[in-house]
Amino acid sequence: MMHGETAPPGAAAPVFYQTDEEGHHSEGSTMLGFWLYLMSDCLIFATLFATYGVLGRSYAAGPTPKDLFDLPGIAVNTAMLLFSSITYGFAMLEMDRNRIKQTQIWLAITGLFGVAFVSLEIREFVHLFHEGAPPWRSAFLSSFYTLVATHGLHVSVGILWLVVLLVQLRKHGLIVENKRRLMCLSMFWHFLDLIWIGVFTVVYLMGVLE
Amino acid sequence: MFANLDLQQLILGRFTIEQIPYHEPILQATFAGVAVVGLAVLGVITYFRFWGPLWRDWVTSIDHKKIGIMYCIFALIMLLRGFADALLMRSQQAVAFGSEQGFLPPHHYDQIFTAHGMIMIFFVAMPFVTGLMNFAVPLQIGARDVAFPFLNNFSFWMTVAGGILVMVSLFVGEFSRATWLAYPPLSGAAMSPGVGVDYYIWALQIAGIGTLLSGINLIATIVKMRAPGMTMMKLPIFVWSSLCTNILIVAAFPILTAVLAMLSLDRYVGTHFFTNDLGGNAMLYFNLIWIWGHPEVYILILPAFGVFSEITSTFCGKRLFGYTSMVYALVVITILAYLVWLHHFFTMGSGADVNSFFGITTMIISIPTGAKIFNWMFTMYRGRIRFEVPMMWVVAFIVTFVIGGMTGVLLAVPPADFVLHNSLFLIAHFHNVIIGGVLFGMFAGVTFWFPKAFGFKLDEFWGKMALVFWVSGFYVAFMPLYVLGLMGVTRRMQHFDDPSLQIWFVIAACGAGLIALGIASQIVMFVVSIRNREKLRDLTGDPWGGRTLEWSTSSPPPDYNFAFTPVVHDSDAWWDMKNRGFARPMTGYKPIHMPKNTASGAILAGLNFTFGLAMVWYVWWLAALSFVAIFVVAILHTFNYNRDFYIPADTVSRTEGQRSRELEMA
Repeated sequence: MMHGETAPPGAAAPVFYQTDEEGHHSEGSTMLGFWLYLMSDCLIFATLFATYGVLGRSYAAGPTPKDLFDLPGIAVNTAMLLFSSITYGFAMLEMDRNRIKQTQIWLAITGLFGVAFVSLEIREFVHLFHEGAPPWRSAFLSSFYTLVATHGLHVSVGILWLVVLLVQLRKHGLIVENKRRLMCLSMFWHFLDLIWIGVFTVVYLMGVLE
Repeated sequence: MFANLDLQQLILGRFTIEQIPYHEPILQATFAGVAVVGLAVLGVITYFRFWGPLWRDWVTSIDHKKIGIMYCIFALIMLLRGFADALLMRSQQAVAFGSEQGFLPPHHYDQIFTAHGMIMIFFVAMPFVTGLMNFAVPLQIGARDVAFPFLNNFSFWMTVAGGILVMVSLFVGEFSRATWLAYPPLSGAAMSPGVGVDYYIWALQIAGIGTLLSGINLIATIVKMRAPGMTMMKLPIFVWSSLCTNILIVAAFPILTAVLAMLSLDRYVGTHFFTNDLGGNAMLYFNLIWIWGHPEVYILILPAFGVFSEITSTFCGKRLFGYTSMVYALVVITILAYLVWLHHFFTMGSGADVNSFFGITTMIISIPTGAKIFNWMFTMYRGRIRFEVPMMWVVAFIVTFVIGGMTGVLLAVPPADFVLHNSLFLIAHFHNVIIGGVLFGMFAGVTFWFPKAFGFKLDEFWGKMALVFWVSGFYVAFMPLYVLGLMGVTRRMQHFDDPSLQIWFVIAACGAGLIALGIASQIVMFVVSIRNREKLRDLTGDPWGGRTLEWSTSSPPPDYNFAFTPVVHDSDAWWDMKNRGFARPMTGYKPIHMPKNTASGAILAGLNFTFGLAMVWYVWWLAALSFVAIFVVAILHTFNYNRDFYIPADTVSRTEGQRSRELEMA
């Protein structure tokens, strides 16, 4: 219907220009753009998961997951991250009600949970080093550290971002730009939570249960 | 561990003065040449007091048109470097027979073929493609800029930073000798202990960030910023091909980032992803890099397909034949691009079933591609074809690309591939599709959109000379390689024993000479066109009788592209407007909201370059410093909330008045 069919020359001309538009620059693309970024980040994790899938049983006569992983400790770690997602959700609810004080408080709590998560992870790594399991010991450990630490680095960057946003909230309040930024960080934060569920299942649970 | 740590190592890392290859005559001459040209350029800029405008109007510009133009200029400069490498290889292989060793020792020759492949793909083809998309896509969809103008500027400078890092390796240290995809274990710390592979890694990581961000940017632009009425099935076909390409970029480049990060961990930290010992698996690298690498092939060719489609319908004065099938072909190719990666290493030994699967998927790709070839030919059929330079490139492309496509289908048959793997037949095949497809497409695109970007056409005579030399040069250079490949000659050889092969290499070297004449013609073409610009001037903004929206505005377009956003009723929107007697609104201009220029992108890219260079040379203090600086600058950038301004209605009115006068004069 639309292709191949050419309107005859001189046919009644429809409107060809938008003359009544308000001069604007599209703001709605930020969310889509951020989604696309998250999907690309997801593929980095997918690659690391695939690598772990291939190399995760290449112990090179070194330690295995059963020797190394402390599930209760990891469970506490997981809980920290899951709680932080809930508290970030509360912050967003308060943001929707335009209550800046409560938003800031919940964001700060979220950040503290994040710091707890990263600290516990560092403690785990230090422990593993002491056990004689550094990343250069075997392909399993190389892929394990890379996957888990990439997630940990993301969380650390998230915390830094959160601090920056807290400063910007203080400076400018809940203006449109800041709300958009909080939305982006929210997506980022929940995304990392989701990735962690994968790490917890594939690396820790399946590693120990085997 | 810290016992032998002296001060020099602390400050300069592993850099010593011996790392500067001042004893290599070829590099001395090159350096002298680069220094003279570089100083001349700096002198000219200073003499004409161009630093200010260069900084204000170009370096910090977030205008998608200027960024697109800068991408293309960058690609052309890097083409000269990549082609110089090609000339060196062709002449070495033409003479290095029997007792004659040629002028390039293996150590140097291996760097040259690595640099040639890597530069041509990442710093010629990619910036060319991105440049054309950046320039044309927003204009074609009736938008005033891309979705994220700052990111666009940042992406460009990151690409340049990566390119400069490769160029630095020429004169400081060495470049990788581990082939353009840096296969381990050769690229690992044990086999390649020097700085070469590290240059390769950091150049790609830095440029890769730019590519990924520009991919996200253009998808968001196409999805969110189309003019009213432009439904997906009314998108110009170049925009469709750009959309598919950018989806491929976003879905493929993260894999490259991850796999190169793992390779660098192997090299820097001593992990065992791809090593031969302690559980590492080099074939994992092959798989991962080609899961990126095969889509990359389509990232390059799809925009070229888009360019050919636009040119064919414009110069045949007809609608594109089979628009819908063209769109579906693009989408099918996009999906299939992810299902064929293993055909790059059938010889891995994954078994008959796996090889059959990937062989068949590879052959299937020729179906949508063939459909596109027929669509172009049916568009020409009964069209009123105007054989201007862009259309000539299209014809050269169709013939050449079909040959390359057919040798590709030959290689897709696993048993045949076992014979032809790593032979010069493969080299001939992919040059056949990349030169005949991508490069011809980019040259066609540059000739086609040049008058839009600068307001005057390119000189026709020199355009034709370039075409004749490039096309004939391609055939003379690469047809002998098909022959040699069928005889079993492998790639990447610095020297041959069998003198009966020499004649083919001599012919190939002559082909490279013809291509050199083609490039020279292009340089002359630009010079002559700029000198005769008043004669070649186009005041209409529509020099070819165009069909899509970019031709509806002036050449070069104003900063805001369109004073009023066009409303689209047809896939060939501008054709439809001309056809139905549109009236250009002359009054009622409103202020136009535009983003402000910013220096953050260039500064961040400069810091990334510093970081990369410091990592290459193990200068840890500088690496740490620049890494922190990257974060500080990025965060400071987010504290700037004042990013837009309004172009006042008066200015718009004046600009449009000027346009009206030009239209009357034309």
